[in-house]
Amino acid sequence: MGALDLVLRGDPTLLAIVRLSLAVTLSATLIASVLGMTLGAVVALTRFPGRTPLIVGMNGMMGLPPVVVGLLVFLLLSRSGPLGGLGLLFTPGAMIVAQAVLITPIIAALTRQVVEDLWAEYRDELTAMQLGPAGRVAALLWDARFSLVTIVLAGFGRAAAEVGAVMIVGGNIDGFTRVMTTSIALETSKGNLALAIGLGGVLITLILALNGLAWGVRQWAERHAG
Amino acid sequence: MLDRVPLADAARPLVRLGGAGFAAGTTEILKDVTLDLAPGDPIVLLGPNGSGKTTLLKIAMGLIAPTSGEVLADRAAVRSAFLFQKPVMLRRTAAANIAFALAAAGRPADRGTVAGLLDRVGLGAVAERPARRLSGGEQQRLALARALARAPEILFLDEPTASLDPQATKVVEDIIHQVVAEGVTVVMSTHDLGQARRIAGTIIFLVKGRLVEHAPATTFFRNPSTEAARRFLAGDLVL
Amino acid sequence: MRRTTLALVTLLALGAGGAVAQDKSIVVASTTSTQDSGLFGHILPLFKAKTGIDAKIVAQGTGQALDTGRRGDADVVFVHAKAQEEKFVADGFGVQRFDVMYNDFVLIGPKSDPAKIKGGKDVVAALKAINGAGAAFVSRGDKSGTHAAELALWKAAGLDPAGAKPAWYREIGQGMGAALNTSGAMGAYVLSDRGTWISFKNKGELDIVVEGDQKLFNQYGIILVNPAKHPNVKKELGQQFIDWVLSAEGQNAIRSYKIDGQQLFFPNAEATPAKKAG
Repeated sequence: MGALDLVLRGDPTLLAIVRLSLAVTLSATLIASVLGMTLGAVVALTRFPGRTPLIVGMNGMMGLPPVVVGLLVFLLLSRSGPLGGLGLLFTPGAMIVAQAVLITPIIAALTRQVVEDLWAEYRDELTAMQLGPAGRVAALLWDARFSLVTIVLAGFGRAAAEVGAVMIVGGNIDGFTRVMTTSIALETSKGNLALAIGLGGVLITLILALNGLAWGVRQWAERHAG
Repeated sequence: MLDRVPLADAARPLVRLGGAGFAAGTTEILKDVTLDLAPGDPIVLLGPNGSGKTTLLKIAMGLIAPTSGEVLADRAAVRSAFLFQKPVMLRRTAAANIAFALAAAGRPADRGTVAGLLDRVGLGAVAERPARRLSGGEQQRLALARALARAPEILFLDEPTASLDPQATKVVEDIIHQVVAEGVTVVMSTHDLGQARRIAGTIIFLVKGRLVEHAPATTFFRNPSTEAARRFLAGDLVL
Repeated sequence: MRRTTLALVTLLALGAGGAVAQDKSIVVASTTSTQDSGLFGHILPLFKAKTGIDAKIVAQGTGQALDTGRRGDADVVFVHAKAQEEKFVADGFGVQRFDVMYNDFVLIGPKSDPAKIKGGKDVVAALKAINGAGAAFVSRGDKSGTHAAELALWKAAGLDPAGAKPAWYREIGQGMGAALNTSGAMGAYVLSDRGTWISFKNKGELDIVVEGDQKLFNQYGIILVNPAKHPNVKKELGQQFIDWVLSAEGQNAIRSYKIDGQQLFFPNAEATPAKKAG
């Protein structure tokens, strides 16, 4: 199979595509995790008017269609758009932005749920220890770390799998913004189905490997720190 | 905030409740309780289940606010700590739990202090074990060590040995005696008469949310002044 | 450890996105059929070797490519829909349009040939036959150059399936490769550019049924996006690309691109293209 050949030979084009895919999705996941976890924790622990509609909105946006996100970010970053001056369109930077926008709601909504549940369990103890808000957030986020890892992986998986957003804002430029998913789409449209399937296999293997690694880390950590 | 109110025996109460009540919806859990918690001998809240002991403790600690009446305490000046009936272990090692409590109290969380607290409650050997994997008795002791980590002046304990076997109960009671000897004012709830006898200096007897009797332990056990107390001591279930 | 990782990833991301702006590069909005044919893979390395400029191809449908130019998100537009291109320039979005090359369209159909048109030389007659037989026909339906050509041919045949939408006319709204995949799967007729057809790897039961008709001629044009409308346009680098494509060297590069020994594109730039002053 063509793709297996490329992998075993360490084909530089394929490696460059894999590297770019990882760089884009990992960056987006990092940004989305920082934003999403903060937002989720704050919403979980504070009361304010409009909280319920906000939570419903956050949960709903977990299902944001990637292609719609791509279109919206495209309009934002186009030279004719409000942020056109940044010159980000058709660069990996735009792809990172689009994917971060896509997965921040997932991470925020799930973090909120986890933190809220944990707070219900810890409220009495943490209040008795007279912890301030910052202390509470830190304690809850740390103690929720295993669930949070799973949440981050969910976000990563969603970003790694999508093609609609990165296609529109990245332009699938050869050697510059071509990632695994857009490559698969391109090879399919060229009729190179065998290669496309092979690339799909590489992508799935990559995602599985990362998940396996995270699982292993979690097992080790649980054994050592419960 | 409590002004320095000179009292007859010149002992400054750590917490004062004035006509405090607590209602949840239409249920009145606590009714019109007036008392002072004075530093000194251990105070035991005694009464059947559902008499409002836990709620009273929480109000005294400041965890919940009374829905009627008032509670006065100088929270800034008087350090307090609380041991819950079912304490929640943080998802960390035993030592990390102690370190967390020390840090939360603004005290240095170095290995020496942590080890010292663990040894006090006999948990030195399991310092690195995940706290959630400890036995029920060990978790209670760890929670007690967490409370002591705050170096409190007043220590509230809510039925601390209710779910423990006699062996573990004895260990916890011994620690409580030590803590009392060090000058910490202990305020403890129990429905176990024997434990009350072993620990109490003063008894506060509650029935259905009302403060029925408030007397030194010797007086209460030998010569209770209310009918309800008499029947409780005789072993009656429904007062 | 976490802080270092954060710093590294941010650097990587910014580097990937921003720092490359320092390199000599232009964005060229072109069509999926041109990309799918593999032409760019052949000629762009030659351009880069000569000028050091990276021509980054964003392959979209012609309609989208022109829109990208209108928005100022590309420096050069390189598509094959003359009428739309001329309007693009007339509206002030492009500086000037030049002929670059042509290829031809071919009518592709299934081996079963339900409309019995194989081997014909008259594409309009073939379309009438397809209409008469109600044979399945896949349209790109995406405002691409190929789509525009297809609609013009139906019009020449006096028919309007895009308007009437009979059941046998299937508009998929996608690129050439996808259209060929779909036709193969459905056993339908489809209009394709020869370049994409030759390099398409999933032909299955499909084959050329009509070719060589003058009406199947497909002209490509190149336009510099107007820097007066979008000051960010890299007009010097973009102009270098256009000049090279139109030069003898560029035209030879196009001529020399072959698949299976067949030339796909036929360069036809003017010998000395008349340039507008300024």
